[in-house]
Amino acid sequence: MPQFDPTFFAPQLFWLLVTFVVLYILMSTLAMPKIGGVLEDRQRKIDDNLDKAAKLKAEAEAAIAVYEQALADSRAQAQKILRDSADALARQSEARQKDLGDRLAAQIKAGEARIAAAKDQALAHVRDVAVDVAKSAAGKLTGVSLDDTKIAGAVAAAMQEGR
Amino acid sequence: MANPVEQFQIEPLVPLHVGGVNISFTNSALLMVISISLTMAFLTLSVRSRALVPGRWQSMAEVFYEFVANMVRDNVGSEGRKFFPFIFTLFMFLLFGDLLGLVPYSFTYTSHIIVNFGLALTVFVGVTIIGFMRHGTHYLRMFFPHGAPILTAPILIPIELISYMSRPFSLSIRLFANMTVGHIMLKVIGGFVIALGVLGILPFAFLSAITVLEFGIAILQAYVFTILCCIYLNDAIHMH
Repeated sequence: MPQFDPTFFAPQLFWLLVTFVVLYILMSTLAMPKIGGVLEDRQRKIDDNLDKAAKLKAEAEAAIAVYEQALADSRAQAQKILRDSADALARQSEARQKDLGDRLAAQIKAGEARIAAAKDQALAHVRDVAVDVAKSAAGKLTGVSLDDTKIAGAVAAAMQEGR
Repeated sequence: MANPVEQFQIEPLVPLHVGGVNISFTNSALLMVISISLTMAFLTLSVRSRALVPGRWQSMAEVFYEFVANMVRDNVGSEGRKFFPFIFTLFMFLLFGDLLGLVPYSFTYTSHIIVNFGLALTVFVGVTIIGFMRHGTHYLRMFFPHGAPILTAPILIPIELISYMSRPFSLSIRLFANMTVGHIMLKVIGGFVIALGVLGILPFAFLSAITVLEFGIAILQAYVFTILCCIYLNDAIHMH
């Protein structure tokens, strides 16, 4: 086998040394920094993009939070307005009701006073009528003209008794 | 039929003798030069565009780079970083040597035990120096594991010593044997194809299958050699 022929050990080892050392130097100074650089660039780009995505996501979340805050605020405001106007309406209707009640009560009172006055007047009329009736009745029956004041006293007494 | 071992014959292309030492430029040396040229061309031209999304060639170069980088990281750890250029060079040198050998009429320098032994011995000596530089005389504990009863020392130490010393031999012989046997097999079966005439279609089909297998073996053996070097390096750096 040619592999075990020592004649060509020396040249093979020599050229192995030369080529391997040359390859090592070229690899470590030229090829590997190049490939490594490409890979690093890509990694950096990916990391950058991930960072950017995370930042955008945070921004979006902040915007959502602001939006929700605004929504909650306006909802609270709407409720407050609703409550306020309900309160105002209730107060207004209460005042109006009270006003109406007062007016009605005053009218009732005035009506009652009028009724009482009318009643007194009517009673006074009754007495006058009774005096007249008694006077004319006594005149017709007895032919005696009685004194008005006497008749008035008798009528008052009779009305006092009849009550 | 040609002698199946003729393909391993070294032919001096440019005879050179310096100080009585034969350093002739042979077909083996020519293949080494072609191999490192192709390696450099492949690794530099493919990433020339520095594309963010790699094309076919760039992605292949990146795959090799990351494959070896991961191998070093997984087997040696972060301290293996400074040996990454060496390991990557070793892997590419062996891979291209194995693969170029499969090109018809070319030559397989990794089928020569002296080439493999030169590389394996370099790794062995380097690893041993690193071990002693890191651990001093404590590195000798490699030959007597912690926790072993002291009585087993007379047996264990020679065994560990022999297994340590045989590393460069097992490394170089494994690669040499795989490459040599594969190429002899291809040559012998190739001879049958010619000799059998029309019926040669059968050995030809077999030859095609074997060729595919040989490509697998070429890659696998380059990987095995490299990963064993990583494991030895890890032993020297971290001990076991």
